[in-house]
Amino acid sequence: MVLGKIAGTITSSVNGTDIPGGRYLLINKCDQQGQIKNDFLIALDLVSAGIDEMVMVSQSTAARETPTTQNKAIDAVIVGIVDTIDENEKVVYKK
Amino acid sequence: MILARVSGTVVSSRKAEKMEGLRLLLLEKIDPISMKGKNEFVVAMDGVGAGLGEIVFYVSGSGARMAETTLGLPTDATVTAIVDVIEQNGNISYQK
Repeated sequence: MVLGKIAGTITSSVNGTDIPGGRYLLINKCDQQGQIKNDFLIALDLVSAGIDEMVMVSQSTAARETPTTQNKAIDAVIVGIVDTIDENEKVVYKK
Repeated sequence: MILARVSGTVVSSRKAEKMEGLRLLLLEKIDPISMKGKNEFVVAMDGVGAGLGEIVFYVSGSGARMAETTLGLPTDATVTAIVDVIEQNGNISYQK
């Protein structure tokens, strides 16, 4: 998974993916401390993530391994909201 | 999915059989902060009837073959949505 911060929301009335009520969020990839990289992608939100929260995003075929996205034209899903990250026994990120 | 702007169309008369029938779009990836093109282009199948200049997002890899209009087609990039609004930090950074 990659780490990212929720940077915004994307609204689209014309959407060929037919996931009713699908919430598409703009993700700004970040490092384990939460430093953003200004490298963006769009992911379907499965966990009701909020603005600025750090999340884990699963991409490619794995993105279709959820009941909501099975056999759907989706290549990125938010699979979790990060609470804390520790690195070398030191907490480097805390929600 | 990746944010992009439709910058043109690609016409190919001699192509793989199963590529028939769907419009091919020239997409330029855009940076959502500046909304400017990143000079990185891709050819994608048009799954939703996107027009020139419209902001869209496209799915890549095997997901591109999962849209209703591209089931079983040899595509690895398909436009699945036309973007109406991008909202960042509480304000609208793009409105169709």
